[in-house]
Amino acid sequence: MARKLPGVDAVIVGLGWTGAILAERLTAAGLKVVAIERGPWRDTATDFPPSYAPDELRYAIRQDLFLRPAQETVTFRNKTSETALPIRSFGSFLPGNGVGGAGTHWNGQTWRFLEKDFVVKSHVTERYGKSAIPEGMTIQDWGVTYADLEKSYDSFEWTAGVSGRAGNIAGTRQQGGNPFEGPRSRDFPLPPLELSHASSLFAKAARELGHSPFPCPAANASRAYTNPLGVTLGPCTYCGFCERFGCGNYSKGSPQTTILPVLMRRPNFEARTNAEVLKVLTDRSGTRATGVTYVDAQGEELEQPAELVLLCAYQFCNVRLMLLSGIGTPYDPAAGTGVVGRNYCYQTGAGAQLFFENTRMNPFIGSGALQQVIDDFNGDNFDHTGLGFIGGGSISCGQTNGRPILYRPTEPGSPRWGSAWKQATVAGYQNAASVGSQGSSYAYRDSYLDLDPTYTDRFGRPLLRMTFDWHDNEHKAAAYATQRCMEIGRAMGAKQVLARNLSEHYSIVPYQSTHTVGGAAMGADPKTSAVKRYLQSWDVPNVFAVGAHAFPQNHGYNPTGTVGALAYWAAEAITSQYLKSPGALVPT
Amino acid sequence: MPHGTLRRRQLLASTSAVLLAGCSVRARTISDTRPWSAGAGEPPIAITPGPWVFFSPEEGATVDALVERLIPHDALSVSGREAGCSVFIDRQLAGAYGSSERLYMRPPFMAGTPMQGMQSALTPAAQYRQGLAALHAYCRVAYVGRLPHEMTAEQRDALLKGLESRQVKLDGADGHGFFELLLTNTMEGFFADPLYGGNQGFAGWKMIGFPGARYDYRDEIAHRNQVIDVATVGITGRPDWTRKGT
Repeated sequence: MARKLPGVDAVIVGLGWTGAILAERLTAAGLKVVAIERGPWRDTATDFPPSYAPDELRYAIRQDLFLRPAQETVTFRNKTSETALPIRSFGSFLPGNGVGGAGTHWNGQTWRFLEKDFVVKSHVTERYGKSAIPEGMTIQDWGVTYADLEKSYDSFEWTAGVSGRAGNIAGTRQQGGNPFEGPRSRDFPLPPLELSHASSLFAKAARELGHSPFPCPAANASRAYTNPLGVTLGPCTYCGFCERFGCGNYSKGSPQTTILPVLMRRPNFEARTNAEVLKVLTDRSGTRATGVTYVDAQGEELEQPAELVLLCAYQFCNVRLMLLSGIGTPYDPAAGTGVVGRNYCYQTGAGAQLFFENTRMNPFIGSGALQQVIDDFNGDNFDHTGLGFIGGGSISCGQTNGRPILYRPTEPGSPRWGSAWKQATVAGYQNAASVGSQGSSYAYRDSYLDLDPTYTDRFGRPLLRMTFDWHDNEHKAAAYATQRCMEIGRAMGAKQVLARNLSEHYSIVPYQSTHTVGGAAMGADPKTSAVKRYLQSWDVPNVFAVGAHAFPQNHGYNPTGTVGALAYWAAEAITSQYLKSPGALVPT
Repeated sequence: MPHGTLRRRQLLASTSAVLLAGCSVRARTISDTRPWSAGAGEPPIAITPGPWVFFSPEEGATVDALVERLIPHDALSVSGREAGCSVFIDRQLAGAYGSSERLYMRPPFMAGTPMQGMQSALTPAAQYRQGLAALHAYCRVAYVGRLPHEMTAEQRDALLKGLESRQVKLDGADGHGFFELLLTNTMEGFFADPLYGGNQGFAGWKMIGFPGARYDYRDEIAHRNQVIDVATVGITGRPDWTRKGT
C-alpha cells in the first residue's frame, strides 16, 4: 500500500524540456507543482564541467547520460508475425533520463514544421487526390495549425536562445533565410553560427544548383544571451562535444541553462529525483485522475495526489504510462480502432558519404547544429506529381564532431585493422564529409506500440512493444533524397560520392535518430487521436500528455522545436482556459 | 605541484565514489535551490597501472599479442599493445561495461533477427573468458601448442583474418563475435582518453590529428581548410605538465 502524501495542484512526470516549461508556466500562475523524475539531478557545474565533459568513452560510447535499458527499454519487432525481443542495448535511438532529459544531450537543431505539415492529409488529398495516399497509410492533420503554434514556437526559441536567420517575417521574404518556412513574428534571438569548411562548400554547391541554403536554427548560442527569464547563456565554442553530451559552457539551450535556475528558486515548485512513476491513478469512474504512484530509490511506494497530472516523460514512456494506467483506448491494429499506441513513427534517413583530396575538414571543430540546410526537397515544397511517393526531407551538411572512437570514415574497401587500416583512417579523417537527408516518416496501420506479453521491467510492469518497419513510400522518398544529396556532393567537388541508402528493414542496431514520435497522437477526432489539440486527454480531462508522442506522424526535421512549442501551447491552454473552468476544453 | 594535483585528484575520486553511492540509493527532494556542494560531481577515475585485473596472465598475453597485430607498430603510430589497448580492455571488463550492468539482461533470451540486435545472455566479460579459452584450445591444435604470444606476426594475422572471415571456427565460443568485440574494444582503447588505460602518449589521437579534450575552437573556426596546429591534451592534462624531464 502506497504511503499517501499531501496533495498538490499539479504533478509532472519527467523533468526534461516539456516538464520544465510546464512547471515554469504553472508555478508562475501560482500553482503548487511537484515534478517526479526517474533519473538523477543533473547540472552543468557538477555533471558535465569543461574539465571532464569532453570524454567520448564515458558519454558517447558507454552512454552515461541516457536512459539505461536496465531501468526501462522497449521490445521490438519489424512486423506483427514476429516475436518482439527486448532492446537490450540502445542503438538506433538514445532516450534521455534524469533532470534535463534528452534536452541535456541533444544537438540543438531547433525547427518549426512547415505550415503544410500540420495539415498534411488535407493538403496532399487536395493537391494530388485521395489516391496519392497509399493503402494502409494513416497520416492525419494535427488539429492545430502552424498559425496556432507560432507564438509558442517563438516562446521556445527565445527561451532556448536559438541562433539563426529568419526566412519569412510576417510574410516578407528575408534574404539568406529559409524561403519555405512559415511566417515568423520576429527574427531569431541570435545571429547564425559560423560555417565549417564542409558546410561552406555545401552552401556554394547548393546555390549553384538553384537551391536555397540557409543556416540551421541552432540552440547553440552564437553570442552570450540572456533569455526572457533572465538566465544567461555563454557563447558556443565549437568544441565538438554536443550531442550525447551535456554542455559545460552553458551554450546549449537545455532546461539546466535556460529554465531550471529560475524554476528551482520558486517556493511553489519541488523536484523529486531518482523516483519513478508507476501509474496515473484514476477515480472509480475512470474519467478523473487523482494523482500518481511512484517508487523512490529506497523502494518505497508513494502516492502523490494532484488536481492535474502532466505526462512529460520521453515519447515511449508517456505512451506506456497511458497504457499501464488505462488512459485512452489501446490501439487494435487488426480492427484499426483505438488510439493509444497508434501511429508510431520515426525518421527516414538517407544521404551521401563524400571523400575529397588534400582537404582539411578539421572535423573536431563543430557544434550540434553547425549546419547549412536546404528545404527545397522537404514536405511538399516540391511537386510530387509522377514521383510515386509523398513526403520529403531537409538536406544538410554539417559538422558536429570529429570524436575518433565513432568518427573514422574510410573509403570503401579499406581494411578494418592493420597498417593499411591506419593509412585509410588518417586519409579519411581530414578528407571526408557527408550530405544527409532527414526525411518524413509517415504513419501506417501496421506500425504501432502496445504492451509486451512477455518482458517486464524491474517492477514487473510490461515493457512497451514496438512494431515498426519502413514502407514502400519511405523507401522511394529516401532513394529520391539520396540522389539529391549525391548531386550536391558532386557539385561540392568530392572525389568519391557514395550513396547512403535506407536499410531494407528498420534495425534497432545502428544509431539513426532519437526522433521516435507518435503513439498518442493529438487531433480533432477522438477516434484517431489520444489527446485533443491542447494535449488534453479525451477521456481523462485532468491529464495532459505533452511531447513527441503527440505527433500524428513525423516530418522532415528534428522534433524538439515542435515539442517545446507544444509545451508552451499546452501551458497557455491550461493557464488561460483550464484553470478558469477545469474540465474538457473545447476548441476556440 | 604534481603532488598537489595528485592529492586533489585522489580526493575528488574518493569524494565522488561516496557521492555516487549516495545518489544511487537516495531519492532526493529538491526545492528553493539548485543543489550544489563543493567537490560534488563524478569526475572520471583514472585506471591504476599494474598487473591484470580481469585477465589471467595467459589471457593477458594473448590479448597483448592480438592488439599488437590489430594496430601494428609502424611509421604512423606505436602498436595497440604499446598504446595500452590491452590494459584498457582489462579494466573495462572488470567494471560496469564488463558486467553489462546498464543493459537489459532479463530473460527469456531468444535468438532474433539481425534487426533485433544483441540477444545473448553473455556479458562482455563472459564473452572474453569463453572466447579466449576456446581460442587457446584451437591454437593448441592448429598451431601445435603455441598460443598467440608465441606465434609470428604473420601467424597472428592469419588467425585474426580467419576469425574475421569465419573461416576459423572455435569450439564452445563464437569466434567471429569474439573477433568483432575485440576489434571494437581495441579501437575504443586506442582512441579514448588516456586516463582509461589506452591511447598512451595520445598515440591514437596524434595519428589522425585529433587535438583531444579541448573545449574551445572559437579562434580556429574561421580557419577553414587550414592546418590547425594546437597541442594535444587529455582530461588529466599532458604528461609534460606533471612529469619531470619530459
